[in-house]
Amino acid sequence: MVEFLQFTLSGLSFGMIYAAIALSLVLIWRGTRLLNFAQGGMAMFTTYIALEVIRHTGSYWAGFGVALAAGVVLGAVAELVVIRPTLGKPELNAVIITIGLLILLEGLAGILYGGQYRSFPAAFSVIGLKAGSTPLGVSRSDVFVAVAVLVAALLLAIGFRYTSAGLRMRAAAFNATVARLSGIRVARVITVGWALAGLLGALAGVLVSPSTFLYPNSMDSIFVFGFTAAVIGGLDSPAGAVVGGLLLGVVLSYAGGYLGSQGSDLTALVALGILVVVLMFRPDGIFSGTRMRRV
Amino acid sequence: MSTQSTPRVLGAALATAVVVAFLSIKLNAFRDYQIAEIAINVTAVAGLTVLTGLSGQISLGNGAFMAIGAYTTALLLLHLPWLWFIAVLVVAAAATAVAGAVVGVAAARLRGPYLAGATLLLSVALPSVAYAYPGTFGGDQGLDVVFTTPGFLGVNFPLTRWQAWVCSAVALITLILLANLSRSRVGRNWRAVRDDEVAAALAGVNVARARVLAFVVSATCAGMAGALLAIVTELVAPGAFTITLSIALLTAAVIGGLGTLPGAVWGSLVIVLVPTYATDVATSHGLSTSVASNIPIVAYGVVLILVMLLFPQGIQGGVRWLLGLVGISATRTRREASGPDVTPPAGKAPASQHEALLAQGSDPPESHEKEGTQ
Amino acid sequence: MKRSHHLRVPAIAAVAVAALTVAACSSGSSSPGSSPAAGGSSSAALTASAPGITATTITIGSHQPLTGPAAPGYSEIAPASAAYFAYVNAHGGVYGRKIVYKYLDDAYNPTTTAQVVRQLVLQDNVYAIFNGLGTPTHLAVLSYLNSQKIPDVFVASGCDCWDAPTTAPETFGWQLDYIREGKILGQYVAKHFAGKKIGYFYQDDEFGMDGVKGLDYEIPKSMVVSRQSYVTTNVNVAPQVAALRASGAQVVVAFSIPAFTALLKLTSLKLGFSPTLVVSNVGSDPITLSGLLESFAKQGGATVNGNALTAGIISDGYAPSVGDTSNSWTALFKKVHDQYDAKAPFDGNVAYGMGAAYTFVQAMLKAGRNPTRADLVSAINSGLPQGDFVAPLAYSATDHDGATGAYIGIINNGVLTQEGPVLVTDTSATGAITTYTGTEVQAPASGIPVP
Repeated sequence: MVEFLQFTLSGLSFGMIYAAIALSLVLIWRGTRLLNFAQGGMAMFTTYIALEVIRHTGSYWAGFGVALAAGVVLGAVAELVVIRPTLGKPELNAVIITIGLLILLEGLAGILYGGQYRSFPAAFSVIGLKAGSTPLGVSRSDVFVAVAVLVAALLLAIGFRYTSAGLRMRAAAFNATVARLSGIRVARVITVGWALAGLLGALAGVLVSPSTFLYPNSMDSIFVFGFTAAVIGGLDSPAGAVVGGLLLGVVLSYAGGYLGSQGSDLTALVALGILVVVLMFRPDGIFSGTRMRRV
Repeated sequence: MSTQSTPRVLGAALATAVVVAFLSIKLNAFRDYQIAEIAINVTAVAGLTVLTGLSGQISLGNGAFMAIGAYTTALLLLHLPWLWFIAVLVVAAAATAVAGAVVGVAAARLRGPYLAGATLLLSVALPSVAYAYPGTFGGDQGLDVVFTTPGFLGVNFPLTRWQAWVCSAVALITLILLANLSRSRVGRNWRAVRDDEVAAALAGVNVARARVLAFVVSATCAGMAGALLAIVTELVAPGAFTITLSIALLTAAVIGGLGTLPGAVWGSLVIVLVPTYATDVATSHGLSTSVASNIPIVAYGVVLILVMLLFPQGIQGGVRWLLGLVGISATRTRREASGPDVTPPAGKAPASQHEALLAQGSDPPESHEKEGTQ
Repeated sequence: MKRSHHLRVPAIAAVAVAALTVAACSSGSSSPGSSPAAGGSSSAALTASAPGITATTITIGSHQPLTGPAAPGYSEIAPASAAYFAYVNAHGGVYGRKIVYKYLDDAYNPTTTAQVVRQLVLQDNVYAIFNGLGTPTHLAVLSYLNSQKIPDVFVASGCDCWDAPTTAPETFGWQLDYIREGKILGQYVAKHFAGKKIGYFYQDDEFGMDGVKGLDYEIPKSMVVSRQSYVTTNVNVAPQVAALRASGAQVVVAFSIPAFTALLKLTSLKLGFSPTLVVSNVGSDPITLSGLLESFAKQGGATVNGNALTAGIISDGYAPSVGDTSNSWTALFKKVHDQYDAKAPFDGNVAYGMGAAYTFVQAMLKAGRNPTRADLVSAINSGLPQGDFVAPLAYSATDHDGATGAYIGIINNGVLTQEGPVLVTDTSATGAITTYTGTEVQAPASGIPVP
């Protein structure tokens, strides 16, 4: 019973990271109908920047803030320089460009910072919290991770729904021509969307890097699971991203814990199984609102 | 797709075969090995470009199909070493075709990014089966493959040249068959389904069957490529079938020119030759290891971005444009009875893409704007 | 307009030909042939006695994971070897020849390994392949190198598959293999923790499984209460650690790479689990571990370096510890490192690379002034001095294993301190583990092996 609690809580804390990546993918999908394969790479790069700041200033929060700012800048720049020219062209072109961007960022990180593991500090203590004398399997750091992602998701949701900027973004995503006719600068809205996605990715990067250590390829498998979470939840739904992430994290944790020594091998297969099951009943993800046109 | 008639296709294939044979004798053994590598990639990428370009289904899982073909080959040659390679190839292709059917059926209702996500996870998850059952599949050390030149060629015939010949032959035959397939009704059905599923269904096309068939064809090509990979590298291990492989195949298909068979060749040349060339350049400059080893990676990423920005229709599009400059018209002469030729002019404002995409609901068939012809 | 068609495909073929011809012209090497063997007298002129050997250079090649997920840590090894070769070159080289070390990136992908090794052999005409890294990667080229009779020396992997003199006569291991290591660690655990509950934490590939095989030869099955494996693609080891904790394990034996040893430690902290840790050599490098853990060693506001979290870890070593500054080998390697490889941290990977390079130079010196490829193989088959290893190398015509033994040590203050004698053994289930009574060999004063 204690293990079940521990598996659940640790699964939730990893699931939050997947949710953060999934959220940034959803943002970009809703805004530009693109899959951003470079999301993990951008997160890795901003985390390196954070690490340099932390080393030079000694302050974690300075690094944290700089990472988020760098994420905003990186997202906006990526959209303006490499994505904007592809709008109107076959959409796989943009996907390949994001793949090129991912490869470029990983190589650049290797050149600038070297390929060795770097230790990235956690925001708070990593010592486990206890309920009485029973370890819960989470630390203060994990709680911070969960809270940070939830706050970010909530702010996004509130921003989308209740601010005029959010309204503009939703309008532009829904029908760009009409939005333009209403005076909305669609191009700018798209850039803002990518910038926000960059911020979310940067947040995911600094939150997960204590557990993965930082190296050029450290976000690769996090990205794969984040993408899976987004697909499970439905690429149009931010709530789906969070639910998908948590679901994936928890089930993978149970798989690792209960399937014995083969569990570690079969993690990816279990994830595939979940995905197949979900997509069989809801081909557009759990929270998909739109229906397919069938004959 | 190719609109050439069968004699022309065969003639072109024959010419290419002669050229390849000539090169394989003239160039050194390492170049022979690269010819084999390129041919393997051409086989896999051709299948993928048909799946994604013609039938509009994006697949990031063809690396997994290559793994199935490769492991089938390794297991067959391990337990039945007397089998001729051609028989092994057929069995590997068949096994992968079955897998392709299974995946195609499971994925029949998936579109766009959902299909991409599912196939991506497939390519990540499948190799882990080898880890989970090390007794059968050799675990992380993999399975050895023994492949020798046949006796009739004599003892001095270099193995690399024989491998280059076998791989090139399979690649060329694959290209011929795919060219024929794309000109047939099957190909027209694929294009119809890609361009407008509802219209195709109303016209009597069995949409699900067409989509599954596309997966089967694509998987078969990948399976054969996997079989070739097994005999060329002489080891089948899960470390060879990472997600990087699947992504590289899709990259090659798009860079070369999605939906075009010559594009499969261009794309394969890019993914095989660019990293090697970039490595040679980088290491000759005496930089520190962490810099020198990452420069080819940066260069490759930049190449991908630049090619996509400069040639939105891929390299084949660029070739056509070049030929057009020189005065050779490269447009189709014969309208096929396929679906509508959907090619929005380049440079259309983003709004229209959004509109068109969003009007249909969650996601339209992937290659909405793609020009799937030569 | 029909006329345009038949120009298209031949045009494509022409472009393809052009591309390949351009590529061919830029390489321009022919297949390697054999050169007449030269005599071996000590004052004979230096000749091009084999492919890869000229009057002034010896060119060797390797495949290494310089990029990709396997690169952290391992990518330090080849530059360290190159640094030692540079040191030797600056001090007269091998019989006056400079060693040119060309190592190519395979990103730990066997397909790429097959390609780059063929490039090294067929295009760069290397004399030998040195220190090829990784088990699945090197297995991809094992039969190729042996069929082409290319010396394949000092493979950087602890698999015992490199010891196959009948089927792979050109191939030699070097480092302590994982089965031997498992036996040595297992014997220590069985003796010092008799009656306690033992848990295993191992990487789910040949590295971890061979280690567990060795452990099981020595640790009674009844003592082992939990066996947990991990894969390098999944950093969430909380399920495994929770399972270890639930089983009541008091000692955890880990055959893990440093990142996962660190994750084991961190996750144990999270779960309030504090077993005694026994870690294999590869995963216990104190410098690497401290580096990984340093961000987590803050206590009450003050920053402590990661050493605090590595104290008390039991491990084994088959060469001197890099923290042991009084050791002659460490001093030599540090000198070489500071001069030729200063950017890298001076850790176990660097010492590994230099140690392997040292053994290679010894082998080349033994092979003679104008060696053929076969001369190198017979030189190693006739046995090599143990260099910086604490126990002799096993090389002979019937045994292609390298290191045969190690000492047990405990990490204290970032240094692995030896505890007890050097132990040697073999890879069999029943082979005894005996104490090695020889003395450690000191590094030569010049830093170059004597011929």
